[in-house]
Amino acid sequence: MMMENVTTLTQDKLAGGYRVLTVASSVIAPRVKPGQFVHLRVPQLGESVLRRPFSVFKTEVGTLSILYKNIGLGTQAMTRLRPGDVIHLMGPLGNGFPDPDPAAYPVLVAGGYGLAALYLLAQRAPTQGIVFAGGARSADLLCIQEFEQLGWEIRAATEDGSEGDKGFVTRPLDVWLTHELGIRTPQFFVCGPLGLLHAVAERAMIGNWTAWVSLDRHMGCGVGACLACVQKVRIRPTADAGLTHEPSAPSPGSDAKAWKWARICTEGPVFECRDILWETNEH
Amino acid sequence: MNTNPPTAPDLSMMIGGIPLKCPIMTASGTFGYGREYAPYIDLNQLGAVVVKGISLQPAAGNPPPRMVETRGGLLNAIGLQNPGADVFVRDYLPFFRDYQVAVIVNIWGRSLEDYEAVAERLSGVPGIHGLELNISCPNIKEGGMAFGTNPVMTRQVISRVRAKTRLPLIPKLSPNVAAIAEFAKLAEDCGADALSLINSFPAMAVDIETQRPALANVVGGLTGPAIHPIAVRLVWEAAKAVKIPIIAMGGITDAREAIEFFIVGASAVAVGTANFTDPGTALAIASGLEAYLKRKGLSSIRELIGSLQI
Repeated sequence: MMMENVTTLTQDKLAGGYRVLTVASSVIAPRVKPGQFVHLRVPQLGESVLRRPFSVFKTEVGTLSILYKNIGLGTQAMTRLRPGDVIHLMGPLGNGFPDPDPAAYPVLVAGGYGLAALYLLAQRAPTQGIVFAGGARSADLLCIQEFEQLGWEIRAATEDGSEGDKGFVTRPLDVWLTHELGIRTPQFFVCGPLGLLHAVAERAMIGNWTAWVSLDRHMGCGVGACLACVQKVRIRPTADAGLTHEPSAPSPGSDAKAWKWARICTEGPVFECRDILWETNEH
Repeated sequence: MNTNPPTAPDLSMMIGGIPLKCPIMTASGTFGYGREYAPYIDLNQLGAVVVKGISLQPAAGNPPPRMVETRGGLLNAIGLQNPGADVFVRDYLPFFRDYQVAVIVNIWGRSLEDYEAVAERLSGVPGIHGLELNISCPNIKEGGMAFGTNPVMTRQVISRVRAKTRLPLIPKLSPNVAAIAEFAKLAEDCGADALSLINSFPAMAVDIETQRPALANVVGGLTGPAIHPIAVRLVWEAAKAVKIPIIAMGGITDAREAIEFFIVGASAVAVGTANFTDPGTALAIASGLEAYLKRKGLSSIRELIGSLQI
């Protein structure tokens, strides 16, 4: 958890309105674990009081990249960053993904730019597995070649059928689970829209497999102080002896329903899918 | 030739019996319980940390979404989620043992009895230097702002809490009243040692795609730079009405905005939303304030307080 003034090195335009921003970072970059994020103060955005959280896409010696899409006030301002421009970063933040279980077969599932948050995991995993990448159209299937270069197998789906299977990414996933999984035990790492996280979580719970999902939520402080980015999670009787922000009344005697708020920025953004109270996520 | 080195202006301040090294604090609800920001700034350089609102019993707060950015500010409706006074004292307060910074605990309740009980529970606890009495939160159904916008209830809650604690008592006033000076005077008459003002403004934002409120709580409290000039006016009006010191807050982002508050009569300021933008804001304001005093040839922050020329 550090603060660093980083300098913009490059800003690469990808198809579909996506961009990769690479900055020189000597303090934060070497400390990033897969699935962690940085909290970025967007320069030249005076009327904006909140930072913007971004999963780290890649790190190399002295550099850090994020992949983003121009979707709002903050990201629009970010498109104007030029080489040499200085940005204030806080990070690395959040828990990140746990190390993949060497006894399991790693299965990455991503929707849209959620794939970027899985790159470091794929790069550092002891064994290669399979990647399921989904998006609305082929332009949303980002950086899949880079996973191929790491030796991962790719299965893709687009909602308009312009690349891979037509439909949601759960379609090729289900086919694979049914016909190709064999005797392997999959371990899921998932990043993307909430519906995708939930869909993979359901499959993992039915199959009795582990699924680590990364939640993406609007954040305030990013450091656990403001309590804006909270998620209801199950209270595990043994694991929760530490400090928590206890809710008012986890009804005693009905342990299955006992819950607490977890701060996505600090206790998350990665959770094991069984810890999340999925039914509470409908807004 | 005997030239004394120029002495640094005196930033020390006494607020309702609480000695502060410098008159810059962090506002309740924006700085957690202090430890969240300890990796980023030296808490010892702050005048005081005002921790997030504590009630006697734990409170779950509101469902998410709890925060949305608006132009020049943000709306929040956290709903005063907190672990309750006992857990706070046991698990959160000891963190401050390693620091030399005043700790002010923001307290709230849903009833008069709640307010009394939490004040009583925290009184005499080592490491707590003062209580900020939250009678102005717009985000809870009972208590909060309902107390701070009604003079009868304001009088009752301050008087009854006053009777339960010898800690410095600092009511945090609501901006949602027609005449803030009356409430400030009322609080002083009821035994308040200092005043915090202001809390956030009830406000609303709508997601035009879903046509639903941006916050699950529908309305929230507006904070940030957008409210600063309104806060300056309210502090000015209150400061003219009372003798007790005022801790001013509302959209402070830089030293200039803090200095405005001192000029209209505040004795200390608290940085809130700007902590989210940059955790270093409060410390940058402290050095900016010092530089300003030097530039103006003032030897103490006390010379600046209430120096407004009309």
